[in-house]
Parts: sequence; structure tokens; C-alpha cells
Amino acid sequence: MSASAASTKSDLFTYTLRQADNSMVLCQRLCEWAARAPELEEDIALTNIGLDLIGQARSLYQYSASLCDPKVSEDDLAFMRDAHQWTNLLLVEQPNGDFADTIARQYFYDAWHLPFLEQLTRSHDTTLAAIAAKSVKEAKYHLRHSSMWIKRLGDGTEYSHQRMQDAIATVWPFTKEMFVADELDLRMLEAGIGVDLDVLKRAWESQVVALLISATLTKPIDSEAITGGRQGQHTEYLHDLLAEMQVLPRSMPNRQW
Amino acid sequence: MDLMSKNTEIQLAHVRSILDTITDPEIPALTINEMGILRGVEIEADTVVVTITPTYSGCPAIDQITDDITAALAKHDYLSARVALVLSPAWTTDWMSDEAKEKLRQYGIAPPCKTSLLDDSQEDPDVTVIVACPNCCSFNTQLVSHFGSTACKSFWQCTDCLEPFDYFKPI
Repeated sequence: MSASAASTKSDLFTYTLRQADNSMVLCQRLCEWAARAPELEEDIALTNIGLDLIGQARSLYQYSASLCDPKVSEDDLAFMRDAHQWTNLLLVEQPNGDFADTIARQYFYDAWHLPFLEQLTRSHDTTLAAIAAKSVKEAKYHLRHSSMWIKRLGDGTEYSHQRMQDAIATVWPFTKEMFVADELDLRMLEAGIGVDLDVLKRAWESQVVALLISATLTKPIDSEAITGGRQGQHTEYLHDLLAEMQVLPRSMPNRQW
Repeated sequence: MDLMSKNTEIQLAHVRSILDTITDPEIPALTINEMGILRGVEIEADTVVVTITPTYSGCPAIDQITDDITAALAKHDYLSARVALVLSPAWTTDWMSDEAKEKLRQYGIAPPCKTSLLDDSQEDPDVTVIVACPNCCSFNTQLVSHFGSTACKSFWQCTDCLEPFDYFKPI
């Protein structure tokens, strides 16, 4: 393998891993709602969204693992890495907070994830394109669901409006990181494999502004982007999340059901 | 047709008839073929290769279906059968035949409409299509939740007979 082919392979590994980590961490957060959601239908909805995300994460981890040398498994990637080796966005690791916080986090992510996947279906990498084509159908339902709640709570009672507005303000500073392209993003875009984050940002902003207006909510004032997730610099919350998620495979390695 | 390929044809038909007995574990009214999960059957040397595709990325039934296929084939002495999983082309409810959809309805699940009828520019294309109640055939129905008992279904209620029911989401 030539040096450039080797570096492309390692780029593709990291790029795929980032998407897998986003799905895995957000899935874990959503599953924390099991048996705790405000109503039974919502309990089922949040865990169903989590189920889609873990399915997407598995496809992406399997692909990442196939690009890895020396050989690793999808489970090694999910369960044997420490927080500083995780490359997910800071947004998805933020704690569930109250229901409004969870919906704000979910909506801002869904409004990014869907156009991200739509672009990725046109990737020159056929495996990423295939995973995206499958995931995009699922992401449409996720976005519909979180949009519905933003509207319902934002344009609901005075009290629900205030809670939703507060939640948006809490989550907002973490949305900037989704659009900060680093060297890897630029190389993957150049190669026709990755997504154009500038295009994505315009799509996200117009969708978010339109929904916030229709939900009678106010767009928070922009602050500095809080970044570092993709470089392994995480908020403290990821450590606790991983501790819970990884305890079983780490305490009993290689056990099978 | 030479004897060799004729044998293969007969074998393939036999394998297909075995696979036609395998149903979706979560929707036992339909076979995996009627669901569009079964994508292909081939015989490579002595090995039967069955290709399937998941309905949703996280569908937990797919491991069960894989086990069911190898077990059913092993029962008929196809011991070296292999199940291959493909993601592309992505599964769509349009692969269900009209007969399959009618079976779904009789089972109590409202069948999916053609995806070409969905208008993606609509905020909620599901609500713009009319879903008939599978129990009393009334069109007076309402969406309760985007997510039902499994990832592939949303949860509805009939405002005439008041029965709650699942709608197979068109994707």
C-alpha cells in the first residue's frame, strides 16, 4: 500500500468512527429515558430512535473496524476505548436534563444529522453512501418527532414555552461545533467522500430559524463555539456515560450471551 | 440445459420453497420474502448463499431471521448455508406486494402507502396520507405517536371504532 493510500485509509477510519461515536453516545443518552419518559408513547419513541441510532452505529463501527490495522472488532471500538479516544460531538454527550433539554438536544442534532446523511448518500465511498441511504429514512422520522415537540412545548402554555426556551439556551452553545471543519473534514470533502459543512450550516440555520419562529421561540444570541469532542477533549459527562455503558464487557471480557 | 445447471435450478427452487416458510418474527403474518427482506438465493459450489437486508438499521429481528434461515436449511440437509447481509439498495416498503399488504391489514396492521404518495416537503407526510382503520375500514383516524411497538410502525387510533392500531410506516 502506498503512503497516500495508507493515509486515506486512516482518514476514512477516523471519519467513519466520528459518525459512529455520535450515534452511539446519543443512543445511550436516549436509552436512559427508558421507563422514565413523561408518557408511555414517548418512552417508546425515544428508545425507538435510540434503536435506529445503535443500528447505524453498528454499521459504522463494523466498517471502521474493517479499515483498522491491527484488527479490531466493532465491540472493541464501542466498549474498550476511554473518553479521550472518543470522537463524538460534545452536544450528544450532554446530560438528558429535563424533557425539554432532551428535546432541544435531539432537535438540534436531527436538524444537522438529516442533511448530513443526505449529502453522504452521494459520497464516493460506496459503503458510507449505502449506510447513509439506509439511515436517511430513519433520520426523517427523528426530525419530524423532535420538531413536533419543539412546536408543541414552545407554542404551548406560558410555562411550557419558558421551559423550552430555557432548554434551547442551555443546549445552544454546543451546536456550533457541528459546523467547525477541521483538517480531516477538508481532506474528506476534497476527496469527494465527506460532507460540506458550510452547505450543511446554511441548511441547518434556515430550518432551525423557521421552526423556532413557528414555535414562538427566540433564537439565542450566538456565543463562542465550544469544541474539542472530535479531538477527544470531552465534557465531564462522557466519563460517567461510558462507565455505565462499558462496565459489563470490561468486567467480563469476551463473554457471550 | 445441461444436467448440472438443471440440478442447480431444482435445488434453487427447493431452497426458495424452504425460505417461503420463514416468517418475520415480529410480524408472523408475512414471510421474509413477502416483507422484501429476502434479496437473493445463490448456490456457490456446495454452499447455499441467502442474501437478506434489514428493514431498519437497528432491527433486532435480523439476527433471529439469520438463525431461522440456517436452521430451516439445515433441517433439509443444506448444512453449509451462509446468510449474507446487504444494506444497499436500502429496504423500502414498496417491495411489499399488494397481497402482502392485504395480509398485514387482516393481521390488524394498517399497510404502508406507496412512498411515491409521500410529500417530503410537508412537515409531516404521514399525516397528509389517509390511513384506513384495519378493523372497521373507517378513514377517521388520527396519529397518536410517530413510533409504535416496533421501529417500522407508528401508532394510530380510529375515531369511529376507537380501536388503537399500528400503521406500517412507508419508507
